[in-house]
Amino acid sequence: MRHIISMLVENESGALSRIAGLFSARGYNIESLTVAATDEPSLSRMTLVTRGNDDIVEQIKKQLNKLIDVVKLQDLSEGEHIEREMMLIKLKAAGPDREELKRLTEIFRAKIIDVTEASYIVELTGASRKLDAFIEAAPEGLITEVVRSGPTGILRGAKGLTL
Amino acid sequence: MRIQAAESIRTEDACVHSNLADRPAPTKTAETGVPDGAGANVAAAAPMLSGAEITIQALIDEGVEYVFGYPGGAVLHIYDALFQRGDAIKHVLVRHEQGATHAADGYARATGKCGVCLVTSGPGATNAVTGIATAHLDSIPMVVITGQVPTPVIGSDAFQEVDTVGITRPCVKHNFLVKRLEDLALTIRKAFFIAQSGRPGPVVVDIPKDVTDPNIKVPYVYPRDLSIRSYNPAKRGHLGQIRKAVEAMLDAKRPIFYTGGGAILDDAAAPLTELVRALGFPITSTLMGLGAYPMTDKQFVGMLGMHGTYEANMAMHETDCLIAIGARFDDRVTGKIEHFCPHAEIIHVDVDPSSISKNVKVQVPIVGPVGSVVTDMLGVLRESGGRPDQTALAAWWKQIDEWRSIDCMRYDRSSPMIKPQFAVETLYKVTDGDLFLTSDVGQHQMFAAQFYPFDKPRRWINSGGLGTMGFGLPAAMGVQLGHPDAQVACISGEASILMCIQEMATCKQYSLPIKVVLLNNGYMGMVRQWQEFFYESRYAHSYVDALPDFVALAQSFGHVGMRVEKPDQLEAAMREAFAMKDRFVFLDVIVDPSENVYPMICAGKGHHEMELPPTMSERELA
Ligand SMILES: Cc1ncc(C[n+]2csc(CCOP(=O)(O)OP(=O)(O)O)c2C)c(N)n1
Ligand SMILES: [Mg+2]
Repeated sequence: MRHIISMLVENESGALSRIAGLFSARGYNIESLTVAATDEPSLSRMTLVTRGNDDIVEQIKKQLNKLIDVVKLQDLSEGEHIEREMMLIKLKAAGPDREELKRLTEIFRAKIIDVTEASYIVELTGASRKLDAFIEAAPEGLITEVVRSGPTGILRGAKGLTL
Repeated sequence: MRIQAAESIRTEDACVHSNLADRPAPTKTAETGVPDGAGANVAAAAPMLSGAEITIQALIDEGVEYVFGYPGGAVLHIYDALFQRGDAIKHVLVRHEQGATHAADGYARATGKCGVCLVTSGPGATNAVTGIATAHLDSIPMVVITGQVPTPVIGSDAFQEVDTVGITRPCVKHNFLVKRLEDLALTIRKAFFIAQSGRPGPVVVDIPKDVTDPNIKVPYVYPRDLSIRSYNPAKRGHLGQIRKAVEAMLDAKRPIFYTGGGAILDDAAAPLTELVRALGFPITSTLMGLGAYPMTDKQFVGMLGMHGTYEANMAMHETDCLIAIGARFDDRVTGKIEHFCPHAEIIHVDVDPSSISKNVKVQVPIVGPVGSVVTDMLGVLRESGGRPDQTALAAWWKQIDEWRSIDCMRYDRSSPMIKPQFAVETLYKVTDGDLFLTSDVGQHQMFAAQFYPFDKPRRWINSGGLGTMGFGLPAAMGVQLGHPDAQVACISGEASILMCIQEMATCKQYSLPIKVVLLNNGYMGMVRQWQEFFYESRYAHSYVDALPDFVALAQSFGHVGMRVEKPDQLEAAMREAFAMKDRFVFLDVIVDPSENVYPMICAGKGHHEMELPPTMSERELA
């Protein structure tokens, strides 16, 4: 099963390599990892997507928690949560394809953010599956470049992942 | 908890540190730690120290007795500060950084205190890696201070630069690169705290040379109390779970205790022994846990696992209630996981939650320090007034005694050659069972574990997790320094001993009266055994050719060397060796080169599928 693990991590230079190293050393699967600062300068927030059966994911969480740099950890997949990923996608847009791509962009509630005679750049935010669906739906041969942020997420409701 | 207002000041006054020796111990005032924001006051009262002086002072404030080290460019400021402090801390100069780590490790295992090493950057640090990994796999508390190139040149492939923090990351509990002098004291404090708390382990503190500059000084305060927001090891087990565990024990018909290194690390021997005796259950142990429960006691059914006893492994296979205490279900212990304890409800006590249900799913997990949990178990048991089912227990013991009667560790006692098993038995006899025994890795290690029953914890010192050849001799140095009046021996093989043989010089320099008992079979015996069993006796590179004359070698280092070749001379020779109380003696015992370690669980087999030693008639046939 796919799990989204969200962590508050000490904003120390070695923290990222410790987490990445844990996954390679123990042979765990890692689909994406995003890191950025938070409102609290000493902490960064990491969102990590992994796949595995319950036992493996349980072990992954324990091993992550064991790292001294990991302050708090939450498996978003265990509760109601919101998942968002951003994609920038560059498409060949010439002749009749331009209209088709505009329609597709509207259907997905995406935005065209850069236009040339021969291309569009589309920005799309949503759950990863929605991004997959857009790529799927884009007419064949038109995709030049796909840039995805990897998912981030947050639990629904009033409670937060804080210190 | 940062030490604030601790702005570095540069002083050209080179004499400042020369009156350090007269300075009263500065940290006694810091008992309560440094509150945030108290920096200004602290700065006024605190002595001004350089990074090098802070490093040494912090070790002194930690109560460190010995530092095992080897100098080099990046740590010269630190060595100079050490020199200036005279006898406040004892430095042991090893002959290879691997030796430093194993010695610190041996010291930690034998005393329960934290081992400390000091090595230089680059090759000093890489030489230490094997010892760091050894300590890591056996959860040994150790702080390793490594020098690093100055911060401005980090990343430039400077002379003797390696990414020590990167190289050691996967084999430490934690590591630090100290980039600012202001962080040094707190980082060292954190290193000791992390190394010794929770599930212990090695911590590396990498200190760039400019951070130890003798001319740059900051106010020094050593924080006593420390809390790390992201690190809160369990202090007690969950009482509800402990009750559940005790109920399961009382309901069991065929229970067994299975204890590991955690029981030793947490000094749980006393409550463990009390609990096991109160219940009357059998107990087995891993290689790492030997001595936590007296091995000569009849409730002890021997070591379990690959070279464990038949009775221990059969009991594991048949048990309906396994009580695992500070053990981690290592593959050498479980055999094939699919066959592991097929009938048991499993209770698992461990301070490290990630050890629980890692390899084997357990029904009653208890996260907590094993000593406190076992003590709580005793309390709950007494309170409940319950007693295990005596009829069932009697039947269980009857079954175990039947397995015992197979005598799974028999060997040919009439051999004209010294059998390694006989050598260990003789060692036990000669030392009256009162010995700290370190080991290298191979057949001799297994024979020692099988034939030398330890009745006390911290007496059996070996590299169980990493299986590091070369561990034994330097580890014995640490043990002897930690227990200067105790008998300390290192059991080894002719292949293993050569891996850290240079430490004989250290033993000479510090007059360490260690006894090396070399079971010299001319082969990497354990490798040869596997080649005999699984590779149709094709002995690829397991013959240890071109061996030195160990007697002459020991003598050349200034020690006593002895050789024994006949079984009937062995006891006298050992007595002679151990009678030399103030000498290092190297006893080269020539043993049967073809002996194998039995019993054995071969790869892919379960506990109930052990290979037993050949019987007398099978031996004659062969
Ligand atoms: C550093 C290291 N290299 C290789 C091994 C693999 N190994 C395990 S036991 C062994 C042979 C040890 O031979 P010896 O020290 O003579 O002991 P014996 O088995 O003969 O008692 C070897 C090579 C190891 N454990 N450690
Ligand atoms: Mg050998």
